[in-house]
Amino acid sequence: MHEYEHYEAIVVGAGPGGAAAAAVLTENDIETIVLERGIEPGSKNVSGGLIYAENSAPYTIDGLFPEFRREATERPITEYQLHNISGEKVASFDLKGLHEYDTKWCDSVLRRKMDSWLSKEVQSKTQETGGGLINGIHVNGLLRDENGKIEGVTCDEIDPITADVVIAADGVTSELARSSGLMDWERPEEWFQGVKVVVDLEDVDNVFDLEPETGIAHLFSGDLFEGVRGGGFLYTNRETLSIGTVFHLDSIMEEKAESHELLNKLLTHPLLGQWLNKDYCELEYSAKLVPDSKKAANPSPHLDRLLLVGDAAGQMQAQGPIIKGMNHAVTAGALASEAFVEMKKKGSVEKAGERYELKLRQTGLMSKLRPPMYSVVRAVGENRVATTMVDGILTSPVGRVAIRAIGKRMEKLYNIPLLSMAIPDTATPYVTLPTIIGQEVGEIIKIKNPVSPPELADRISKLAYDTDIGKPHIELLDNSYAASGTAVTACPVSAIGFGGGCYRMEEVEVNGEIELRISLDTQPCIECGTCAVTATTEWSNPRGNKGVEFKYG
Amino acid sequence: MMDNNSSDIDIVVLTKGVPDFREGIVSFDEHGHLERGKTPTVMNPNDRFAMRAALQTKVRSGGKITVMSMGPPGYKEILQEAMNIYADELYLLSDREMAAADTWATAITICSAVEKLDPTPDIIFAGFKTADGETGHTGPQTSWALEWPIITHVVSLDVDVNARKITAKRLVQGDIKEIETVEVDLPCFVIPDPEFEAEYPRASHRLKLQNLTEETQKRSESFEDTLTMWDHKELNLDPDFIGLDGSPTIVGRVDPIPKAPSDREAKVLDIETKGGLEEVLGIVAPFAGEK
Repeated sequence: MHEYEHYEAIVVGAGPGGAAAAAVLTENDIETIVLERGIEPGSKNVSGGLIYAENSAPYTIDGLFPEFRREATERPITEYQLHNISGEKVASFDLKGLHEYDTKWCDSVLRRKMDSWLSKEVQSKTQETGGGLINGIHVNGLLRDENGKIEGVTCDEIDPITADVVIAADGVTSELARSSGLMDWERPEEWFQGVKVVVDLEDVDNVFDLEPETGIAHLFSGDLFEGVRGGGFLYTNRETLSIGTVFHLDSIMEEKAESHELLNKLLTHPLLGQWLNKDYCELEYSAKLVPDSKKAANPSPHLDRLLLVGDAAGQMQAQGPIIKGMNHAVTAGALASEAFVEMKKKGSVEKAGERYELKLRQTGLMSKLRPPMYSVVRAVGENRVATTMVDGILTSPVGRVAIRAIGKRMEKLYNIPLLSMAIPDTATPYVTLPTIIGQEVGEIIKIKNPVSPPELADRISKLAYDTDIGKPHIELLDNSYAASGTAVTACPVSAIGFGGGCYRMEEVEVNGEIELRISLDTQPCIECGTCAVTATTEWSNPRGNKGVEFKYG
Repeated sequence: MMDNNSSDIDIVVLTKGVPDFREGIVSFDEHGHLERGKTPTVMNPNDRFAMRAALQTKVRSGGKITVMSMGPPGYKEILQEAMNIYADELYLLSDREMAAADTWATAITICSAVEKLDPTPDIIFAGFKTADGETGHTGPQTSWALEWPIITHVVSLDVDVNARKITAKRLVQGDIKEIETVEVDLPCFVIPDPEFEAEYPRASHRLKLQNLTEETQKRSESFEDTLTMWDHKELNLDPDFIGLDGSPTIVGRVDPIPKAPSDREAKVLDIETKGGLEEVLGIVAPFAGEK
């Protein structure tokens, strides 16, 4: 039998969840090794761009890393606005109340800068316990003992490693989450897809009329996205903007919408003309899959010695205008470590998972991720008959009169946290309601927007890749249109009629008849995971250091 | 976590400064002669593979790495460059008597220096060949002078410290590329091929590599603290047998390599115009099988 190297704890992934886990482990003198597949932490990571610290949470990132806000973030987000859009009419609501609910602070971040800063802290903390952080290691699966119990991890680059605990903080495309069976990629309705551009803007303070050390978040919803359920965002960074969209993946698939086109609709809307000018310059295009914790978060995210945290466990709260992921990953990472440390003291490390699950419930994190109220809302609100009826009333003269009558008071309703947590995932709150609000109480925006967004080919060519030549990391198992056709539109780096993307549609003659076939080239892949849900694939991440490298993230 | 079989071994890496031949940096006069004064000197690029092989050995088996060079005092910076990759100690063999040595005189000088080291090294790594002389002789001649076995064209290696053996895979260049595995007792002279790739299969190797790299880069900031300079007297060498006087090689003449004549004609066509594009298609069509 092989003799593998053993560490007390393995943390997979050096994002905020992994960093928090490592911080708590090392504080308790646990020999910890952190494995990161990127060339540097953050180079594989994308987020919309806001990190919260909640008053009610047992852990915050600055609690674990005191210099975090000074060193790793962009700007404090002090204003929060929602724009209901109907054509050129816009009704803007101030959502500061909702934004500040339970919020200690909220900063905009760019992940390359944030995660690479965190990693230096993690490196020195882990080194002190005899471990360390290693970049460029792709953890590709679980190591099991003769009884099939998880005892460690396997990697592309190095020999398998065993550990008393494996904390998987390897993000939304976690291979450990899937090979353990704790998560799957079966249901599109459990996912959102986020697409983002980082835009160069030196004079953020002036353009947004901001005092130093303040920032603003703008959210957009209504009819500008052709009925696809979701919305847009714009966050101010120090000298850049993060502008993006987040849509329900099932809606993108149903509407055969092309994500980059939807993003372009936002970028070219007159409302954004007040901030963007003809010198518009995109620094980076990126995308990620976002779990919808209401449906996807595993309430029991552990098996044997494996504990999942953050996106890997579906712990991403995206409910209406509230989007919180990184803060929950931090809490979960810290709780997982705390659970392991406590059980180790009691001499029963095998019970760390159960303990972690208990902590997720006791600290209230699980009920933020899966609000008990949502199951009722889902049963009623996502019922087709009910939705049709509500939309019918809203769009009818009666509904319009009602919204006019409520007018600006709608703003107050939007600011009620409990209400925002009970928003059903239908077109009503995302499209119908904002559109009617825009129409009935909105003002016409007459600003010329000079932006002409770059072509998809240009966006891809600006990204840095280290292609693993001859070793595609995704295999297309079924190339029929029925099985994998949706990937051509849903993949953020593919489009109908575009030959430079991942997924392409080809007409092939089979027995005298023309059939549509799908082909895949992983070279431009940005590792978002969309096609794992929308196509029939054997999906894995590239080897360490290989694939896309985000400079901003 | 460390490999538990480590009883330390002593490693020497030989390096040389060469003109930086990279395009945009190197400078030639109108006759095609290298302008030494205008071209910076850098560590011979092939020596990086020797450095990597040495570092792999240290990470996996423990030990000490001594980097040695022969040349003018300005070569100190070359040794600093080496220390940025990894070095515990640096040696520069330098004085006027050693100047203008050919490969033979260089090998004799290095051999004396290696024998003066205490303890005597177990492995010496050297680069495949230098970017200026391109002879590839200094390494083999040094191993001959030391009466050590030599393994050349090494693409991967594994050192068994307890058994005092090296197992190496080497490229054998014939009609087709073959890889041969050889086992050699220490002490041994090793010349890694430019295709050499260091292997760190264990997590602990990677951690140790990071620590050593961090450590050496800090040390290289004040590299002169670990630098020893030896002249011919310290090596107890007779000036008649080293440097120009000790070099049997006679360079008769040096001719610049003429530029390769171009036998292809080029014509610039503007494909933006209709006629231009048609002309291109007309030229390309025969190659695409079009009549």
